[in-house]
Amino acid sequence: MKQYETIIGLEVHVELATKTKIFCGCSTEFGGAPNTHTCPVCTGMPGSLPVLNRQVVEYALKAGIAANCRIHQLCKFDRKNYFYPDNPQNYQISQLYLPICYDGWVEIDTSAGRKKIRIHEMHMEEDAGKLIHDEWEDCSLVDYNRSGVPLIEIVSEPDMRSSEEVIAYLEKLRCMMQYLGVSDCKLQEGSMRADVNLSVREAGSETFGTRTEMKNLNSFKAIAHAIEGERERQIELLEAGKAVVQETRRWDDNKESSHAMRSKEDAKDYRYFPDPDLPPVHISDEWIRELRESQPELKEEKQLRYQKEFGLSEYDSRILTETRQLAELFEDVASLCGNPKKAANWFMGEVLRLAKEKGREPEKVSFAPEHLADLIEMVEKKEVSPQNARKVFEKVFDQDIDPVVYIEEKGLKIVEDTGLLTSTLERILEENPGPLSELLGGKEKVFGFFVGKMMRELKGKASPDAVREALTKEIESRRK
Amino acid sequence: MAKIIDDETLDNVCILAKLSLNEETREKAREDMQKMLDYVEKLNELDTEGVEPLSHIFGDRNVFREDVVTNGDDRDAMLANAPKVKDGQYLVPKTIG
Amino acid sequence: MDLEKMTALELAEKIKQRQISVLDGVKTVFSEIEKKESRIHAYLDLYKKDAYARAKQVEKGIAEGIYTGPLAGVPVAVKDNICVKGKKTTCASRILENFVPSYNAEVIDRLERAGMIVIGKTNMDEFAMGSTTETSAYGITRNPWNTEHVPGGSSGGSCAAVAAGETYLALGSDTGGSIRQPSSFCGVTGVKPTYGTVSRYGLIAYASSLDQIGPVGKNTADCAALLEVIAGRDPKDSTSLDRKDLDFSGALNQKIAGMKFGIPKEYLAEGLDPEVKDAFMEALKILTQQGAIVEFFSVNTTEYMIPAYYIIASAEASSNLERFDGVKYGYRAAEYDGLHDMYYQTRTDGFGEEVKRRIMLGSFVLSSGYYDAYYLKALRTKALIKQEFDRAFEKYDVILAPAAPYTAPKIGESLKDPLSMYLGDIYTVAVNLCGLPGITVPCGVDSKGLPIGIQMIGNCFEEKKIFRSASAFEKGKEAVNHETV
Repeated sequence: MKQYETIIGLEVHVELATKTKIFCGCSTEFGGAPNTHTCPVCTGMPGSLPVLNRQVVEYALKAGIAANCRIHQLCKFDRKNYFYPDNPQNYQISQLYLPICYDGWVEIDTSAGRKKIRIHEMHMEEDAGKLIHDEWEDCSLVDYNRSGVPLIEIVSEPDMRSSEEVIAYLEKLRCMMQYLGVSDCKLQEGSMRADVNLSVREAGSETFGTRTEMKNLNSFKAIAHAIEGERERQIELLEAGKAVVQETRRWDDNKESSHAMRSKEDAKDYRYFPDPDLPPVHISDEWIRELRESQPELKEEKQLRYQKEFGLSEYDSRILTETRQLAELFEDVASLCGNPKKAANWFMGEVLRLAKEKGREPEKVSFAPEHLADLIEMVEKKEVSPQNARKVFEKVFDQDIDPVVYIEEKGLKIVEDTGLLTSTLERILEENPGPLSELLGGKEKVFGFFVGKMMRELKGKASPDAVREALTKEIESRRK
Repeated sequence: MAKIIDDETLDNVCILAKLSLNEETREKAREDMQKMLDYVEKLNELDTEGVEPLSHIFGDRNVFREDVVTNGDDRDAMLANAPKVKDGQYLVPKTIG
Repeated sequence: MDLEKMTALELAEKIKQRQISVLDGVKTVFSEIEKKESRIHAYLDLYKKDAYARAKQVEKGIAEGIYTGPLAGVPVAVKDNICVKGKKTTCASRILENFVPSYNAEVIDRLERAGMIVIGKTNMDEFAMGSTTETSAYGITRNPWNTEHVPGGSSGGSCAAVAAGETYLALGSDTGGSIRQPSSFCGVTGVKPTYGTVSRYGLIAYASSLDQIGPVGKNTADCAALLEVIAGRDPKDSTSLDRKDLDFSGALNQKIAGMKFGIPKEYLAEGLDPEVKDAFMEALKILTQQGAIVEFFSVNTTEYMIPAYYIIASAEASSNLERFDGVKYGYRAAEYDGLHDMYYQTRTDGFGEEVKRRIMLGSFVLSSGYYDAYYLKALRTKALIKQEFDRAFEKYDVILAPAAPYTAPKIGESLKDPLSMYLGDIYTVAVNLCGLPGITVPCGVDSKGLPIGIQMIGNCFEEKKIFRSASAFEKGKEAVNHETV
C-alpha cells in the first residue's frame, strides 16, 4: 500500500463568556426552561433589530491578539442566508468579507516537537437555537435560548497532519481562551465545537486531495476517532480507484462512523451580503493598544517565568499553569508566603492530590491564598508538624477554614514550652526502665523507640527535632 | 447580453427563495425576471471601475450595547403567535440530521 | 366649527384651549370613516373602542400637564407595517394574517408619549412592495379624489385616509418613494426623513438600508410637528442617529429669498406627463416670486437609479422576508410533507405575486456567480449617485423634482406590466439610495381633477431647508380647492 499523508484544517466555534447575547439583552445563562431567554430580536420577530454587544468585539479582539492575528480595523457583519428552523431569521449574522481578525498563528507541542499552526481568520457570529427531536409526535421542537449567543469561529489553515496535532491545537486554543477569560470552552456544554476538514494525499505530493468536512464533534475523543475513521475511509476509496466527494459528513460517535449530510433542498449558496441593520465596526489603534496592554500573561510566558524566577522544574511549571485559576492561586500563595518552591511543593503534592481524590477540576479549586500561605509559614517556623499541617490543609481545601485559628483551637500548635516536654520525657523514661537501661548502656537503636513514644504522646505539639534534642541532653546527663 | 433565465437558474432561485412555481406561474415568473434583468443590464454602461461599493450611508461611528441583561421573559406572548407549539417550544416537521 | 376641515395643529390648539374635547376630534375622524371608508378602504383595522378610551385618558393627561406637546389629543393612523403591541400587524400580507406583536414600534411609544391617539392601521402594498396599494392581500384602497384611481403606494392607505379626512395625520414608510408618491397622488403632504432620523425598530423591514418612517398630513406644519414627535435616537436601532437639530417647526416661517434650488434636467425629459410638467413649472414661479434662485443642472446617473434601486431593495427584501416561514408566527400551510415542503407551501401561498417577484430577483442577484455583477455593481452605482448628489448640494440648498411622472393611474392598469410600474419611481428612489430627506407638497391638479405634487429634496440632515421651502411654497400658492368624494 502507498504511504498517505493526512491534511487537516479546523473550524473551531468558541462560545464567548458574555452575560448577554451578541445582538440583544437576553441572558446567555445555560440551562433555562425552553425559550425563556428570548426576546423579539433573538426569535426573529418582524421589525426587531440587532444591536451589537461591545464585549463581543472586545473578546474577539483579545483572542485575535493572543493568536498573533492582524485586525481588520473596519470590519462588517454579513448575513448568511439559509433556511433551517434553529435559525429564526433564516439568516445567520456572521462575517465573511471583513472578519475581525485574520492571518495569525499559534504554536503547538507534540511528541514530534514544536509546530506553528496558521490561523486563517477569526470572525464573530451568532449561535443558532436548539432542535429537539420529539419521537412521540415525530416532529422537532425549537428552543431559541441559545439563538444569538455570541461565538467566534476560528478557521485554521490546513496545517495539521495527525489527530495528535489536532488535539494539541484544540488544547492550545482552549487554554488560551480560558486564560483570556474569553470563553470557558466546555466541549460537553457545546461552548467549544470543532468542524474538521480533512483530505489525504500520497506522501510527497504537493497538491491537496479533495476534502470533506465533518460536523458534530463534541469531545476530543470523538475528534480523534473521526479523524482516524475519515482518513481510513478516504484511503480506502483512493486505493479502490474511486474519488473522494467534497461533502459535509456527520460523525456518529456511537456507531464510530460518519455519513454524508446530503439534501437536494440545500443549495449550499449562502448569498452572503453586508447586513444593512448593523453599521461597520471601527477598531481604533488606541483600542487595540489598550487591549494589548491589558492582555493577561498566558500559559507559555508563565511557564517560563516559573522556571526562571522561581527555579521550578519544567514539569512543575507546566502542571501549575494548566489553568489560569490554579496558576493565579499558586502565585498568590507563593508571594504571600514568600517561598515559591515550598508553595509549588504544596500545590504539586497536596492541592492536586486532593483535587484528584475529590474529583474536582483544578480550575474549580478555590480557597483563600492566605490560608495556605499561613500554613506553610507555620510549618517553616516549626509551629505545626507537617503531618498536622496536611490534615489542616484538607480542611482549608474543603471549607476554606482559617488554619491559624483552627490549629490554636485544636491545640495542634507545637509548644516551645519545655515544661511539657521535660515532664513527658521524665514520665516515659520512668515507665520504661528496661529500654532506658539499654540506652544508657549504649544501645543507640533504642533512641528511636523513645522518640516515637514521645511523638505519639505529644501528638505533634513538639517537633521531632526538639524531642531528639531533649532526649539526647537527658541521656547524656544521666550517663555522666 | 443579459443573463438568460433558463430552467436550471429558475429552479435554483426557487430553492434559495423557498418558493415553488407551477406550470402556469413558471413562464410568467421567468418572463418577469428576464425583463428585469434585461433592463438592469443598463448598469453595465456605467463605468464603476475603482468605485467602492457603498453598503451603509452613515457608517462612520460605532454603535454598541453594553453587556447588561435587560430582557425579561416574554415567552408566552411570543409563542402565542406560533402556528404550532409544544412544551414551550416551536413545533416544526421533523428535521433530519 | 368644521372639525373635519381642520389641520392637526389647529385641532390640538382648540383642544388645548378647551374649546373642544379630545373625544370630539376622535369622533370626527370616526364619523368621516363611517361616511367614506366603504368607498375608500384606507384602513385594515380600526381601534374605535380603544381610541375612545384613550381620548378620555389623554383629556385628563392634558389637564394634568402630562401631555403638553403641540399634537396632544390628535388622532393618527398608522401604516400596517408598523408594530402596535397587542394589535394585528399584517403588512397587508396573508403570511402575517394573524400576527400580533408583543412589542410596540419605537414610533408608537413616541406617539403615545406625545398624547396622540392611534386610531387604526392603514392599507398598503404587501410588504410595501408596490406603487399603487393594489398588491395588498386585503383589498385595494381607492383614491379619495376619484375612486376609479389608485391612491399610489405603498403608503396608499395612510395618504388616502388623510386626503379623505379619515384622520388628521398618518405614519407611512418610504423605501423608494412610498410616502412621497402617494402623497402626490392624494394631494397631501408627506415627508421621508434623512435615513436614521426615525427609529426603524418595529417597522417590518422591506429594504433595511432604505426604509424610513415618515409623517403624512394635510400641510407642511402638521408634518413638521409629527416628525418632531417621532424623530430621535433609539438605542434599539443601530442605524438610528443622534441628531440635535430636530426643531423642524422653527424653520417653517423663514423666508426663502436667496435660497438656491436645482432641478435635474434629466427629470424633465421624456416620460414626464405634460400636465405634470406644466404644474411643476408653475410651481417654480411661486418660488422665484419669493426671491428664490432656480437653476437646471445635470444628473448623469439618472437612468441608473431604478436599476440600482431594484437590485439593492430586492436583495435586502429576499433576506428580510426569509423569516416568514410558518415556524414562529403568521400563516403556515395547512398541508405539507415535511419541513422543506412546509417552507415552500407556506411561502408560495402566503406571499403575493409582487412580493414573490422581488424575492426571486433578490435571491438571484445575491446568488453565487451573480453577486459581483449585480449586487456589487448596484452598490457601486449607488456610490456614484451619492457622489453626484453630494456635488449638487455643494451648489444648491434644495433639489426640486416632480414626485411622480404622472398622476394617479386607474385601478388595474399598473400591475399588468411590473417593469413600467417600477419606472414610475424614477424621481423618488435616489433619495432613498442616498439617505436624503424629501417632502412632497401639492402643487396642482390635472385636467382629470387628480392632484399633482412637487418634491423638494434636501441634503442629509437638512430637513429644515425643505420644510422652510415647502411652507413658503404653500403660502405662496393659492389653496387648491377641491371636492373630495
